[in-house]
Parts: sequence; C-alpha cells; structure tokens
Amino acid sequence: MDRVQTGIRRSAPLIVLAPSLLAIIVFVYLFIGWTLRVSMTSWSGLTPVFDFVGLKNYVDLFADRRFQIDIRNTVLFTVPFVGGSMLLGLLLAILVDQRIRAEAFFRTIYLFPMAVSFIVTGVVWRWLMNPAPGDRTTGLNLLFDIVGLDGLQNRWFTTPDWGIVAIALPAVWQMSGYTMAIFLAGLRGIPDEVREAASVDGASSLQLYRHVILPLLRPVTLTALVILGHISLKVFDLIIAVAGKQLQLDVPAVNMWQTTFDANDYGHGAAIAIFIFVTVAVVLIPYLWSTLRSEARS
Amino acid sequence: MSAATRALAPAPERVRRSWGHRIQRLIVVYLPLVILAAFFLMPLYVVLITGFKPNAEATPQSMWTPPTRLDISAFQTAFEKLAPNLWNSALLVVPGSILSAIVGSVNGFVLSRWRFRGANLIFVLILFGMFIPYQAILIPLVQVMQSIGLYGSIAGLILVHVIYGIPITTLTFRNYYAQIPYELVEASRIDGASMWDVYRRIFLPLSAPGFVVVLIWQFTAIWNDFLFAVILTRSQSWPVTVALNNISGSQIVEWNVQMAAAMLAALPTVIVYLLLGRYFLRGMMAGALKG
Repeated sequence: MDRVQTGIRRSAPLIVLAPSLLAIIVFVYLFIGWTLRVSMTSWSGLTPVFDFVGLKNYVDLFADRRFQIDIRNTVLFTVPFVGGSMLLGLLLAILVDQRIRAEAFFRTIYLFPMAVSFIVTGVVWRWLMNPAPGDRTTGLNLLFDIVGLDGLQNRWFTTPDWGIVAIALPAVWQMSGYTMAIFLAGLRGIPDEVREAASVDGASSLQLYRHVILPLLRPVTLTALVILGHISLKVFDLIIAVAGKQLQLDVPAVNMWQTTFDANDYGHGAAIAIFIFVTVAVVLIPYLWSTLRSEARS
Repeated sequence: MSAATRALAPAPERVRRSWGHRIQRLIVVYLPLVILAAFFLMPLYVVLITGFKPNAEATPQSMWTPPTRLDISAFQTAFEKLAPNLWNSALLVVPGSILSAIVGSVNGFVLSRWRFRGANLIFVLILFGMFIPYQAILIPLVQVMQSIGLYGSIAGLILVHVIYGIPITTLTFRNYYAQIPYELVEASRIDGASMWDVYRRIFLPLSAPGFVVVLIWQFTAIWNDFLFAVILTRSQSWPVTVALNNISGSQIVEWNVQMAAAMLAALPTVIVYLLLGRYFLRGMMAGALKG
C-alpha cells in the first residue's frame, strides 16, 4: 500500500507535466519531423503525396532565382535592422542611465512600440514611407520637403534592388526600445564601485564607457544580438503589412507561405520551412546551450 | 532590485551642479533624449491627427498638418468595419491568456519545486519550443486542425496559442516560483501537506504578480499575432490583425480610415502597456532568458 503511494508521489510531477509535455512533443518536435518528411516528397496539390525524393526540393530551391532573392533580402534586411537596433538601443540605454529626470516617462515612450503589432506598425509605416512623387508626395518624403531636407527623399521600399533595406526602418523603430531594455538591465547590473573606481583613476566618461562599461556589457550584447537575429530570420508580418507579397521584397517566410498555401506546392514549401528552422537553430542553439550551462553552474 | 534602490537614493551630484555642467547635460543628454522621443512618437502623431480629421482635410498631402476641427467620423467608419474582428480578437484573447496562465503556473510550480530525474531535460525540451520559427510546424498544424475539425474556428486558434504559449508561460512561472523560499515548502511538508496542497495554499496566493506578467504577455502576443491567425481562420473568424491588413491593402478604404483602424487595433495592448508597463517589461525580460 505504502509502496503504491510512494510510486504515485514519485510520478506525480510527470503526471502533472504530461499534458503540456505531450503537446510540446507533438506540436513542436513531431511536427518539425513531419515538415522535414514533407520536404522530401513531391507533394504538390491538394492531396498529400508521401513519396520520397530525397533532397531534390532543396536542390531545386537553391537553384531557384526567387529563393536566391530571399537569401539576399534576408541579409540586406538583417544588417541594418540588427545593427540599427543594437546601436540605437545601446544609445538609449546609456542616455536613460544618466540619472535623468522623468526616466520612466522617456522609457515608456521608447518601449511603447513593443506593445503594438507588426501589422499596425506596417500599416502606418506604409504611409510614412509612401514613394509617390511630385504633387502626390506624402509621408516622410513630404516631411523632408517641409523641413528643407529634400535630399533625403527616396523611393523607400520601392527602390529597385535595395527596397528591403527600407523595411529595416520600421523594424528598428519597433525593436530598439526592447534592445534598450536589455542593455539597461545590463547597465544596472554593473556595481557602482566599478564606475567609482574608474573615475577615481581619472577616466573620462568616454574612457569609462569604452574601456570599462562596454566590455562588461558583453553578455547582454550577445543576448540582444541573438534575439534580434532570430527575429530577423523570421520576419514576415511587417513585410506583408508594408508591401504585401512582392517579389522585390520577398523573404523565406513569405515565400514559404505562398509556395505552400497559395500554390499548394507542399514539398518545396516544407523545404523552405526547414531552411528557416535550420538558420534559426544555428543562431540559437549555441546561445541556449551556454546560457543554460551557466545557469546550472550558478 | 539594486537598480530601483539606486534610482530612489539621492544622487549626490544632482544636488549642486554648476551652470556650465547643467547646460552641458542639457545638450549631451536631454536634447538627444527628446529628439529620439520625437522619432518614436512621430507615427503616433500622424495616426492621431489623421484619425481626428474631417474627411475633406484628410488628404495624404496634408499628412503633417493638424486638423482645423476634431471629427471622429474616421473612427466611426473604422469601427464599423473592424467591430466583428475586434470582437473575434476579444473572444480569442481572453480565454487564450487565462488558459495559458493556468497551464504555465502549474508547470512552473512543478519544475521549480519538484526535484526529479530528467527535470532539466524536460525544461530544455519545453523551452526550445519558444524560439522555433512557426513556419516549421505550419503544414502539419493545418492538417491536424482540419482533421480534428478545429480549422477556421476561434476555438482552434485558442488551442494553438495555449500550446505554443507553454514555453514562455512555464519559464516565467518557474523563475517566479524559484524566488519563493524553500523553507515554506519544507515546513508545510512536515505538516503532511501534499504537493497539491502546497501549490494551492502557499504558491497560488503568492502568484498574483506572476499571473499579471504572464497574462499581459499572452494578451499582447495573442492580440498581435498574425501568422497563426491568417493561416488558421476564415473571414468570419478573422481577428483584428488580419482584418486590418486587408483594409490597408485595399485601394477603396480612405487613408484616414486606415489610420483610425490601426489605432483601434493597437489600442487594447497600448492601454495595457501604459497601465501595467512594469509587468510588461518583466515579461519581456523573461523572454530574454533573464527572469
């Protein structure tokens, strides 16, 4: 009798966790495996076909002009988006950390885009980045005209070949407040004594940041990089909301959606999905590994 | 914690500053702060002045000019268009976030307090689900939802959000419960209380801040989701993000109505953020693995 009860007690945590665990195993791991399986079939059309064509879909993909545009666009989006958010986020964090008045007020403003969806951001920025010329000029181009910075006027996301770079602007607007919050957490974790010691040694503010604070921020910098990087690889809503589905601004996530659910080419759609998964995993797994290990050590 | 204490402590150099130093701070610190604030508020300015313009004044060419009189007809038109979808979003987000929080609380409790073999492995398995690109699960997800008859329904979308919310809600509660002193649990166990009693009598009453963080996080995530919604719902069950995207893509909807619609779609999460920003930030930090 006692034995049975102890047995129940021992397995109780697993019983409580079981539904969630089962859901995650099925909806995450099994589903990824399923997608991988589909990516190696010739399934194209409304009825599933589970033959085996090996890596053919992947070979097709890398030879496909559209997919090459996707990869180029991902790079052209990632560099200004991640770089811009990191720089602006760090700048905001340093400014907010100067024992300013009304700190909460400024923080609230910088962070509020995080509460808004990429769709809302995209709908509004679609108008701000309106490329219409001449009498129909509007948005930021009109603002540039009003303040006499006509030289900055451009065609934004309709710029040939480079339009995707413009999408990074609303993305930076949306995510740099979050990046600020990550850096601010890092800055607030640096003991006062460190700053005091540096100022006793006669370091200027610039030297203090350059040689003392920034090196101490390395762990949170990595966190911010990984988070922004994986968001960048998954970018989808924002592009759809700003520009719809245009080949010029195509990225893997949009391509996957269209290939799979508009064209019903499940085999190739699944291959794109697995490609996105692998790129995200390459960015994330080493980071998660090291974070969890250091958590286990402490 | 230390940050908060430091912010409250009197800053010695704030007391007596020379005029030169003050002016320098004004230019080096406050001027950039204000300019950057203007950058972040600029889209809000455009949305607000456009939404409140009478139709005759609302041309894209007068985007930066404030209205001569306030007129709410754009908001009325936008509300008429979005009302069913705002309602769908509400039907989605309320049960979705409450269920998520309950599941996260139970999971987090078990993982934070119950030492058993494989606990860490299970935690990592669950955690990884937080970061996967959902494209990698969409194809089987649609098939499964179709075969269990939940495709196209709000109930199906709730289920999906609760399942893919398990990692973040479990993580947040696990970190939150890890702060509760172990002595409390030990003491009650000696009294012969079962784990379920410990959860109900000790952890649940202390859980309010954890619930607020998770509820806000899931409320925002589910309200703002587009990918699952656009793939798993039909036009009659579209939440507001999908409907807004369709409005903005059409040529026939006036641009001031589009701006008013964007405002309506953003309002619930922005209000929650303004009222409970502190908790919102904590949820975001949990997302950054910083509990």
